[in-house]
Amino acid sequence: MASKTAAAKDIITLHGSAAIVSEFFCYAANSILYNRAVYPEESFVKVKKYGLPMLLIEDESVKSFMSNLTSQISEWLEAGKLQRVVLVIMSKATGEVLERWNFRIETDNEVVDKGVSREKSDKEIMREIQAIMRQVASSVTYLPCLDETCVFDVLAYTDTDVAVPFTWIESDPKLIANPQMVKLHGFDTKIHKVDTLVSYKNDEWDEEE
Amino acid sequence: MDAGLNRCPLQEHFLPRKNSKENLDRFIPNRSAMNFDYAHFALTEERKGKDQSATVSSPSKEAYRKQLAETMNLNHTRILAFRNKPQAPVELLPSNHSASLHQQPKSVKPRRYIPQTSERTLDAPDIVDDFYLNLLDWGSANVLAIALDHTVYLWDASTGSTSELVTIDEEKGPVTSINWAPDGRHVAVGLNNSEVQLWDSASNRQLRTLKGGHQSRVGSLAWNNHILTTGGMDGLIINNDVRIRSPIVETYRGHTQEVCGLKWSGSGQQLASGGNDNVVHIWDRSVASSNSTTQWLHRLEEHTSAVKALAWCPFQANLLATGGGGGDRTIKFWNTHTGACLNSVDTGSQVCSLLWSKNERELLSSHGFTQNQLTLWKYPSMVKMAELTGHTSRVLYMAQSPDGCTVASAAGDETLRFWNVFGVPETAKKAAPKAVAEPFSHVNRIR
Repeated sequence: MASKTAAAKDIITLHGSAAIVSEFFCYAANSILYNRAVYPEESFVKVKKYGLPMLLIEDESVKSFMSNLTSQISEWLEAGKLQRVVLVIMSKATGEVLERWNFRIETDNEVVDKGVSREKSDKEIMREIQAIMRQVASSVTYLPCLDETCVFDVLAYTDTDVAVPFTWIESDPKLIANPQMVKLHGFDTKIHKVDTLVSYKNDEWDEEE
Repeated sequence: MDAGLNRCPLQEHFLPRKNSKENLDRFIPNRSAMNFDYAHFALTEERKGKDQSATVSSPSKEAYRKQLAETMNLNHTRILAFRNKPQAPVELLPSNHSASLHQQPKSVKPRRYIPQTSERTLDAPDIVDDFYLNLLDWGSANVLAIALDHTVYLWDASTGSTSELVTIDEEKGPVTSINWAPDGRHVAVGLNNSEVQLWDSASNRQLRTLKGGHQSRVGSLAWNNHILTTGGMDGLIINNDVRIRSPIVETYRGHTQEVCGLKWSGSGQQLASGGNDNVVHIWDRSVASSNSTTQWLHRLEEHTSAVKALAWCPFQANLLATGGGGGDRTIKFWNTHTGACLNSVDTGSQVCSLLWSKNERELLSSHGFTQNQLTLWKYPSMVKMAELTGHTSRVLYMAQSPDGCTVASAAGDETLRFWNVFGVPETAKKAAPKAVAEPFSHVNRIR
């Protein structure tokens, strides 16, 4: 067993884990919106986070959308009801889904049910998140260019027994037919395990060959 | 239909799992996609009378279905989205447009208005109309010094007030050259009798006299920190360290006739000198001080007339512009590192003086017969941007204000004119719209 002080340092609770995951999602979503140029570059401001320069959107409507989203996600995470969060990028003109950023969440149900805590250092989690953020930033190198005006939406996959909050509606999954998929790094708080995957519309040329 | 089925192996490929318990989770990512399967399964099973085992065609398929059903029932999900969508689409398009519109005018630089007439004109009675002298200088303290015959006058550009610094004795004068020290307080005055006097403009006091160096009049002066370089009619160039008792530290011998142009480079490393012998010399300070023979770094003999106009480029090291006299009429550009002539432009008139703009890539030249004009050139294209006329005799001397915006010119017509020929720098536009408006900001500046 680790000594008491060391254990106290690296202990992680359900509440803390939910906060880390929902915050991660907020930064990841902002980073995707910036790197995929869904919003113009000048609408972002630079902040330091996870030891990286991160960009946060300044637009008030998007900001309030994000904060509502984050608080709801956090609530579901604490209840262990959230299975997946998907950020969908669609063409504004046609509504065609071009990219899906998939964050799959596995919750340790023992923690939710019994209220126990786990051990993992903050530093280690941050390092794992940093690796994901780096991959998101570098994704522009292989993702197809979004040369039309795009919009985004966020889907939350929850357990069926979750009561739908009145600000939310049921949605279709907004899938891409025959997508290309790239799995990115994941991170694990020992309570919530998050896997990241981006799927995108296949280039027709590749498909035929 | 096959889209849904096809996705299973593909997804599996991308989401490999290690153990069988996690294997179930393999279906999670495409759970939604498999709703179709589930529906199909549920529909067919129900229609077939809920007798599962009887209708199953093969054991393996049944196992798959069982697993599928189990997975579906266990992990059936609800997909939710915010009712209020982010207002991205509405704002994106106009902001994109405004961004692209914004970039277009940026690339086109607005043309600067260059006033064609002088901003003000002052009388300069009795100015010596001699091509080989240097009688005008604008110090870093924003005070203009001009020598009119035997007298040196100071004109404070901040206040517009005039004062007399000194009147030289009849037998020593007239004044043949004048130059401000970098501090903007001390001024060197070269005389017809080969003496050079140092004056403190703040206290109107003479500090010392340098004599014995030259044999004849001192027509050119140049400061380099505490070194005052003097050029004489005897062809000698002397470096005087004004701090020490016997001030002559170096003597450059290279010109055979009067030295009429002297300029230190911005770095203070190289000295350019022009003479009535049509030669331009580049002297390197470190070379000169390391050996006593004091050979020049370069000897440039392309000009065909006396070279008085010299100007070091403020934005490109080792670039020197030189202008030739009445028989030459060209402006030449030199790389003083290699000694190569980069360009030569025929101006059609004698070049009396040259000034670089501190803010733009532009060069101003002053000329004599026939137009007596100031010409503004774009560098390096050497396109004429403006011709400023007004003087009625050759424009012998030019000096630039400390902020680089205003140019003073003195001509044989006994007038001193001020021109707002150089643009105001972008950053200083608000702080210093005029030379007159900045009495203190240049105190720390070194020319």
